[in-house]
Amino acid sequence: MNKTSNQKAWFFVLPVLILVAFNAIIPLMTVVNYSVQETFGDNTFFWAGVIWFQEVLHSERFHAALGRQLLFTFTILAIEIPLGVAIALAMPRKGIWVSVCLILMALPLLIPWNVVGAIWNIFALPDIGLLGYTINSLGIDYNFTRQPVSAWITLVVMDVWHWTSLVVLLAYAGLVSIPDAYYQAAKTDGARPLAIFRYIQLPKLKRVLTIAVLLRFMDSFNIYTEPFVLTGGGPGNSTTLLSIDLVKVALGQFDLGPAAAMSLIYFLIILLFSWIFYTLMMRNEEQ
Amino acid sequence: MRIKWLVPTLYILFLMLPIYGLLSMSFKTTNEILGSFTLWPQDFTLENYRKIFTDPTWYMGYVNSLIYVSINTVISVCAALPAAYAFSRYRFMGDKHLFFWLLTNRMAPAAVFALPFFQLYSAVGLFDTHIAVALAHTLFNIPLAVWILEGFMSGVPRQLDETAYVDGYSFGHFFIKIFIPTIAAGIGVACFFCFMFSWVELLLAKTLTAVNAKPIAATMTRTASTSGYELGLLAAAGTLTIVPGAFVIYFVRNYIAKGFALGRV
Repeated sequence: MNKTSNQKAWFFVLPVLILVAFNAIIPLMTVVNYSVQETFGDNTFFWAGVIWFQEVLHSERFHAALGRQLLFTFTILAIEIPLGVAIALAMPRKGIWVSVCLILMALPLLIPWNVVGAIWNIFALPDIGLLGYTINSLGIDYNFTRQPVSAWITLVVMDVWHWTSLVVLLAYAGLVSIPDAYYQAAKTDGARPLAIFRYIQLPKLKRVLTIAVLLRFMDSFNIYTEPFVLTGGGPGNSTTLLSIDLVKVALGQFDLGPAAAMSLIYFLIILLFSWIFYTLMMRNEEQ
Repeated sequence: MRIKWLVPTLYILFLMLPIYGLLSMSFKTTNEILGSFTLWPQDFTLENYRKIFTDPTWYMGYVNSLIYVSINTVISVCAALPAAYAFSRYRFMGDKHLFFWLLTNRMAPAAVFALPFFQLYSAVGLFDTHIAVALAHTLFNIPLAVWILEGFMSGVPRQLDETAYVDGYSFGHFFIKIFIPTIAAGIGVACFFCFMFSWVELLLAKTLTAVNAKPIAATMTRTASTSGYELGLLAAAGTLTIVPGAFVIYFVRNYIAKGFALGRV
């Protein structure tokens, strides 16, 4: 759309600017401040330069947490995106069932995150939970509080349960926006379902799927509450993702310097990935 | 393609099973829960719910959550409306950078901000108030509201604005009388999202409150850790946190799909 140039538009943006700046810039400066200083706990601070950044970048613990985080994020993206599209394709297009499906599917998105963790904790308890009890009575040894592999699977399934609906809703919105004429033209040409998907539906889904990947990427990288309630990062450190590790360092051990340096590195990683996605999305939009 | 309906049905079944587990546990007595696994409550009880509705530390948690979520929704949407209009209608210096900067705040991990937020809101004397949580949540809700509203507004042709000006409307009059009703659906969707993300967030809400504005989710984590295994009570409290969300979805059900696409499909 062609927009007119108007510098006074800044006044419209001002309230947003003030509110977000108060919440973003002051805390961010505090973090930057901590990241370059050393303290001995008596509220006196010394200039420390970049030692915290070096320490964090060379620490095995950070590498391990980052590795687990990347593994987690790419696993859930690889499951949720195709699954979400498949479900959206199979959903009814009109009638009462559309509303029923949408309401039921959106439900997990509106449950507080710690309750999501609690639901799955209760659901997967090996001796008294519906899922844990069923799996164990099938003769499979399953205990997510003791076996790292079980904990991982539970965590991934929980995230799929929690967020696949977001992808479904996005993909569904993209699909219903395709005019009927497209399908009729495809029918006249005798196109197979696979060809319809490849040449009509997928191109239309491109934009909403970019949003889906962007949102799921950002949010899964920030995930804290659900795994914290479900496994507490355990057993051992096996499900300690970046945020959990960060909170352990910052609030648990009160190591402000390393925690702040870690926050900034963490934030920069997310920023970099998101910037790439954003640029791609904007380019799509301009076409 | 007769079996097509099976896919969504199975998926919804998968979604409902854990919720059923929670619901059935909330009607059980502690003895039954810890005794052995039962598929449905053998000894049906409403004791857990009675406790929540009579004990102020429990029900005030819901009230606190609803208060700060409502304040947050109002602030976020009111501030986002003019900004979204500016982004959708005008070009101005630094507009694209500003838009991306807003989005970066949506990306910021809450864990990074927990400690500085605590210090900031303590310093300005707002610690443990509803307004503190409401303001803190604008960090990720305002960018989202701007993003959604901008999408919906860009779908409204510019001719609408121009015709109104030709007809002699002032900007304020046009914006309130004509433009806002035109994008009412978008505003509804934006409210829904602000409500949703403020309602489900716990880390910041917990960090910024102690007693007076403590959210229900924090009351639950405290119960889970201190009083050992009151699973039935926890399950009942969890079940009740789903109710407001279900209500809100029902109101926006017709716009929900478009809303999740941020108004742009």
